Amino acid sequence: MNFETILFYFFAAAAVFSALRVITARNPLHSVMFLVLAFVSSSGIWLLLEAEFLAIALVLVYVGAVMVLFLFVVMMLDINIEKLRKDFLQWLPAGALLATLIVVQMVWVLGDKAASTGMTAVKHAANYSNTKELGRLIYTDYVYPFELAAVLLLVAMVAAIALTFRRRRDSKRQDISWQVNVKRNDRVRIISMPATKKNEVSGADEAHAAD
Amino acid sequence: MIELLQTVHQMGEGLLGAAWMPVWTVVKIMVIILPIMGGVAYYTLAERKILGFMQVRPGPNRVGYWGLLQPIADGIKLLLKEFIIPTGANKFLFLAAPVMALTPALAAWAVVPFFDGGTLANVNAGLLYLLAMTSLGVYGIIIAGWASNSKYAFLGALRSAAQIVSYELAMGFALVCVLLAAQSLNMGEIVQGQQSEYGLFGWYWIPLFPMLVVYFLAGVAETNRAPFDLAEDESAIVAGFHTEYSGMGFALFFLAEYANMILIAALTVVFFLGGYLNPFHGWGALGELTDQVPGLFWMLAKMSIFLFLFLWLRATFPRYRYDQLMRLGWKVFIPLTLIWVVVVASWMQTSLWVW
Repeated sequence: MNFETILFYFFAAAAVFSALRVITARNPLHSVMFLVLAFVSSSGIWLLLEAEFLAIALVLVYVGAVMVLFLFVVMMLDINIEKLRKDFLQWLPAGALLATLIVVQMVWVLGDKAASTGMTAVKHAANYSNTKELGRLIYTDYVYPFELAAVLLLVAMVAAIALTFRRRRDSKRQDISWQVNVKRNDRVRIISMPATKKNEVSGADEAHAAD
Repeated sequence: MIELLQTVHQMGEGLLGAAWMPVWTVVKIMVIILPIMGGVAYYTLAERKILGFMQVRPGPNRVGYWGLLQPIADGIKLLLKEFIIPTGANKFLFLAAPVMALTPALAAWAVVPFFDGGTLANVNAGLLYLLAMTSLGVYGIIIAGWASNSKYAFLGALRSAAQIVSYELAMGFALVCVLLAAQSLNMGEIVQGQQSEYGLFGWYWIPLFPMLVVYFLAGVAETNRAPFDLAEDESAIVAGFHTEYSGMGFALFFLAEYANMILIAALTVVFFLGGYLNPFHGWGALGELTDQVPGLFWMLAKMSIFLFLFLWLRATFPRYRYDQLMRLGWKVFIPLTLIWVVVVASWMQTSLWVW
């Protein structure tokens, strides 16, 4: 058992454990944190497979951005855990059926292939760059599927914004570019006043005091 | 520098054999982390002194000559203070949050080249690794805000999460321009790509000047520094996400913030100002003379410019309002970076690209 195998079992155990805790943790925020741990562990496994681009992208996109927004939402929700747990047993058979179905599908798709190819990964030389190789393939052989996927994402984004965007008529909003472009002359008016002599001022003061 | 490291490495390998590798790595990590920690301590003193001078007052000058022992006194004070866990706080996450803030701030230093060949890990996808590490720092802040069971801390955490996620995009796109120009994700190769016979005119700050500005300002926002320090807006939400922290917990957040500032300064230098390269390289006699100066000196000298800029910004500008901050990130920086990616990509196809 060499060092890499030990690392693999460590990451795999961490991934399985944290995935289990995602569904068993009582606090939804803990579930999210365990999901983060699951992502980090699978990123470690990908690193062992020399897929460093995918590994880093997983941490960057899912852990660094998507899960932050998850946390953001979960923290703000007022979740009543007791209420959520009430119907647990009632829905357990349906959930179990769905899970079995997914496992069967995965075994069907992956199991046979894995057995027939023997699954021995070929080690690459030290100067092999997975990122470069991936970039080359995406922008040459798979350029149309890649562009299609990008357009699909763009459409989904535009649709999501269009569905949720509504301008409220009654809210007052600030026009920041107008605020930024304010000049001194819009706010301050400098006027010239004739200077008054010292005697006149003190005379007036005395007259005022006499009243 | 390299030869010296090589001889030490060979000597150690002969002495310890297979056990040498982990020992050597730990030694290298220590050689990077200890100066950063010292730098953080004295950067706080520099901040207070410079802010003092800018506001025509002397700054700290009681502890030690010229206030030089002030950071040490502060450290001892924080170490000896009681660490209070608020009622109703989530104890484990409350304790873990400062650690989660500091770890990525230090882990990111692994790929920073300090001089020619002077990195801890010469990773091919170094730039991606950096982006991933800097994006993890936000967890410490969010978890701290949530676990504190305090409204102020929670508000600070929410503000910070939205801010960091928004500015990360602009930062990432600015770096896309850098990797286009350098044609590499490797930090060492990015620096080497700026090497030319024209000294400082060969660096990427000329073709990518708007990106330099965007990257640095986004870095200021990422580190929650003034004028973008809404996550710890003391006039509105006490101290933001670390309101409930005292003693060493607070100190760890402080260390993470300053380590991140130094990191942003180092990265700006590596990406746009030629890292450890000599600014006068190839300038006749001056170039030959200054080529003798070690790269580490140039790296630190350039970093100190940006470190000063952090403090200068803090002393000069009033705090942004939250909607202004979001507008700057989404409506100014991101469109600008997107346009510049296209500009650089097309520019590189022409003969006008000389970098």
